Amino acid sequence: MTIKGTVHKYGKDNIDTDVILPGPYLKIHDHAELSKHAMEGIDTEFSKKVSKGDFLVAGNNFGCGSSREHAPIALSHCGISAIIAPSFARIFYRNCVDGGYLLPLEVEKSTLEQISDKDSLEIDIEKNEIHDVTNGKKFPIRPFPPLIKKIIDCGGLMYYKE
Amino acid sequence: MNITEKIIAHASNKSSVSPGDVVFANVDKLMIHDVSGPGVIKVFEEWAKRGVQLEKVWNADKIWISEDHFVPSADRISAENITKLTDWAKKFGIKKHFKYGLGQYGICHTLSHEEALVLPGEFYVGGDSHTNTTGALGALAVGLGHTDIAYAMMHGRIWLKVPEAMLFKLVGKKPPHIMAKDIILKIIGDIGTDGANYRTMEFTGDVVSEMSMEERLTLTNMTTEAGAKNGIIAPDSVADEYIRQRTASPYAPILGDDSRYLEEYTYEIEKLEPIVAKPYSPQNAATARELQGIEVNKAYIGSCTGAKLEDLRSAAQILKGKKVKIRTEVLPAAQSIYIKAMKEGLIDIFMEAGAVVGPPTCGACCGAHMGILAKDEICVSTTNRNFPGRMGHVESQTYLASPLVVAASALKGKITDPRDVTK
Repeated sequence: MTIKGTVHKYGKDNIDTDVILPGPYLKIHDHAELSKHAMEGIDTEFSKKVSKGDFLVAGNNFGCGSSREHAPIALSHCGISAIIAPSFARIFYRNCVDGGYLLPLEVEKSTLEQISDKDSLEIDIEKNEIHDVTNGKKFPIRPFPPLIKKIIDCGGLMYYKE
Repeated sequence: MNITEKIIAHASNKSSVSPGDVVFANVDKLMIHDVSGPGVIKVFEEWAKRGVQLEKVWNADKIWISEDHFVPSADRISAENITKLTDWAKKFGIKKHFKYGLGQYGICHTLSHEEALVLPGEFYVGGDSHTNTTGALGALAVGLGHTDIAYAMMHGRIWLKVPEAMLFKLVGKKPPHIMAKDIILKIIGDIGTDGANYRTMEFTGDVVSEMSMEERLTLTNMTTEAGAKNGIIAPDSVADEYIRQRTASPYAPILGDDSRYLEEYTYEIEKLEPIVAKPYSPQNAATARELQGIEVNKAYIGSCTGAKLEDLRSAAQILKGKKVKIRTEVLPAAQSIYIKAMKEGLIDIFMEAGAVVGPPTCGACCGAHMGILAKDEICVSTTNRNFPGRMGHVESQTYLASPLVVAASALKGKITDPRDVTK
């Protein structure tokens, strides 16, 4: 599977769930409404900038903090198909995969430095490879552990049979 | 195996497990609240559209519900979430539902120990990241999102990766001005907010042995802030006594045996100073004295981390007979704690000092309601997070500290070491 899109880069480490989807919106469970507030703590225009399939590129420990599934739901519903980061917080990572919302892709720290905001990417999930069409470079993705890959292939934990 | 590995092996019917193994484990207890509950219901609604119908939950007696984040209902939407959750719980026969204004209720993590809803050796999952709190009882307590909780609610099982373990030995004699909050803020300052990502944090040592259960709960509560999958403390006589005051239910404690740890740390608690985490991260540790003189607009004593009975006693000990200089809010973490605090005269102390005492709720800790911060407002708080916008406006600021430091700071209107007001 190859996915294509544009990069939205927020290179900071430790972008937390209060920034991704602020607390006052936790009472909202309508996905379209949540998506309007995605990344509001760092960029109030975020949801307007994203087109379907786009990528979010971020620093270490993306999604730290709360267990709120609102965070991956909001990002996914406004169009983000994958997040590229050197590492993710554990509950956020599980929520992305088990909910079938979007792909958390782990890359080397050096990859983060070489991908720029607005770059066009083509990502081959089977080959675990990112192709930065803008600068012509290719970067490896850390392969998913076997169970995670199976859950992703099923489309989420709901469809997974033990 | 260490305690966490042994509980995972037990819950997954295996003779042994090792870090990195992925297993499906049987859940003993499950919790949802007024934010994760409606989220889980939404997941079931989405699954139903795609042909996966929830006919019944795996075991209604092992599931419990708390109303805590937006209660008393902050607005129309939160009121509707509560009624939706109530109808759903009734439909699926879930009877352990702690409702505000109807007897015992409070913050979910506080109820987990205050009501002894989770016991040593159990595998407990909660729809909230601070589920880690309950690990102080010697349970494997793990926070999960809506989909995982929905899956566990349907099947009574969920997948887990066996975590690498970090052991923290807390040794020496704990001075009276030091609380568990200072210790955990110091540890997070050292290892960072991803220092324990995907790992377990286990606490041991004579300081832990001598600590009360409520203080231990502060340690495990904030393992979440270091990214840990769980925090855990071996169940001992302190845990047993605490549990026996609350329930007669039998339990089978699980202890480590030839335990392995990836990393071990030793902390000499005697030398520790009161610690404050500066905005905007729980890892920004500094001593209270390094920060003394920083003016604050508000003091907040609340949350699962910092509004247990002993937290309230500690704050009251500083505030007794004095007046606060800045806006101060006290929100006991559960109805039962509120009642005990009232009987001990703590509520009188707070109110006579000028503080407002509110109902149990997560309230402003998560920026929900009940005293959220305006732009540029600065708060010193007993809570667990200080990310941008956590307690209100994205340009407000929160300093995290122990109840002693928060109370001392309330008296001076500035960040203050408790030793500098008790003289």
